[in-house]
Amino acid sequence: MPKPSTPDQFGPPAAGNLPWLTASSGLLLLALWWLASEFHWVPPLFLPGPRQVFQTFLSLSGGDVTGGTLAEHALASLGRVAGAFILAALTAIPIGLSMGVSKLVRSTLDPVIEFYRPLPPLAYLPLTVIWFGIGESQKLVLLYLAIFAPLALSARAGVRSVAVEQLHAAYSMGASRAQVFLHVILPAALPDILTGMRIGLGFGWSTLVAAEMVAAQQGLGQMVLNASSFLRTDIMLVGIVVIGVIATSFDLAMRWLEYRLVPWKGRA
Amino acid sequence: MANTLDVKDLSVRFTGPDGSEVQALGGVSFSMSDGQFWVALGASGCGKTTMLNSIAGFLRPSFGEVSLNGKPIQGPGADRGVVFQKHALFPWLNVAENVEFALRMRGVAKKERRERALETLSLVGLQDFAGHPVYQLSGGMQQRVGVARALASDPDVLLMDEPLGALDAFTRESMQELLLKIWDKTRKMVFFITHSVEEAVFLGSHLLVFSPRPGRIVHRAELDFCRRFLDQGDARAVKSHPDFIRVREDVLRAVHVSHA
Repeated sequence: MPKPSTPDQFGPPAAGNLPWLTASSGLLLLALWWLASEFHWVPPLFLPGPRQVFQTFLSLSGGDVTGGTLAEHALASLGRVAGAFILAALTAIPIGLSMGVSKLVRSTLDPVIEFYRPLPPLAYLPLTVIWFGIGESQKLVLLYLAIFAPLALSARAGVRSVAVEQLHAAYSMGASRAQVFLHVILPAALPDILTGMRIGLGFGWSTLVAAEMVAAQQGLGQMVLNASSFLRTDIMLVGIVVIGVIATSFDLAMRWLEYRLVPWKGRA
Repeated sequence: MANTLDVKDLSVRFTGPDGSEVQALGGVSFSMSDGQFWVALGASGCGKTTMLNSIAGFLRPSFGEVSLNGKPIQGPGADRGVVFQKHALFPWLNVAENVEFALRMRGVAKKERRERALETLSLVGLQDFAGHPVYQLSGGMQQRVGVARALASDPDVLLMDEPLGALDAFTRESMQELLLKIWDKTRKMVFFITHSVEEAVFLGSHLLVFSPRPGRIVHRAELDFCRRFLDQGDARAVKSHPDFIRVREDVLRAVHVSHA
């Protein structure tokens, strides 16, 4: 759609983007970081400069860190988040959808999900260790719980987004209840489910460090925590940036998927 | 075999959120048969949509009965096609897929249902838009898809709930003409809801004027302006004819009296 040459001053606030500002705010942050370390505004022990962090990045990539190369750490974390995400998607979406279509299921599960959802994962982390040990399954459980709630709730909300007229239309075209679910409710819920997957994936990454807190041998979160005990702020920064880059790429991929799968979103 | 739709002594009561009972329809009776275009006219809240929902089978009447070809209506079905005011198309399907929906639910093979969809689409003049996403169409074109979709399952009766209510005046007039031509071609029973007096008088072969709370029929008329249009082909000439204006004012008066 072509942009109007005179934007409506009294329309929705702040429509559109300023790409040059987006780019320069990133560059500005980088420049400030460089200045702060170059001129020792902050001691390098607390804030190593960009060049040093980049060198650390290279040496970590070569394997100069306990537990393997940077790629191996990243892969370990990626595997955990992806595994928990797939498990959560396989369970949360059907459960959320059935909460949407069944009063019985909704009334049963609603208090459970609504109670645990706002809890900080660090609060129940010790319990997961006691219940599931210090192996991989404990880490998966913690990530799974973080991803499950937003995914289930969005699938449930998706069911609500179907218009009564669409349901009526389908029934009056001879659709059975099963056909209405499959051909109307499910596609109508898809935009919300995809949004839930995006949010869930974000929750997964933000819970990563907590998940790798106890007895992880590999992983970006473990790498950051380990580096903090030796005051290796350069390694911590590398870990944080890598987590940020991976999480952002996943988010962009999900947005692309949304754009491909539900181009009608917000336009019907 | 001629189709008939009979509404006998239909009453519908709703229970409000505060537990109080609201009577939406109070004892409505009429019966229509093939080749008739019935228009229900009335202000908002006079039970027109409740009426349509009872015929469509979306809601169960509190008293009375609706029957199609002598069989009481138990629920929605493909023998009654419904056109809604808006929000009823499936944006995840393109134009042809929307029109095919009823046939797909019935398990008709892809090739055959595509052929029938294109046939129906040409009836509403959209044969060149079969592959378009519905959300990119104008409001008038979306309603034409809605009409084609309701026709595709070859229903006995077409139920239309203010299908032109959200359209601009120009699109609305050309849609009225299109609907009459389709009705003339298919000879189907039509039950059409509107709150525009001019639209009601122009389209209907039979007119029902509803009064609110509870919805009742306060005025009935048989009209021939739709015939005149189909014979002469000039809608403006029909609508500006003194006969039309006289009937329009009579109906308007009936509406006003019922709301007084």
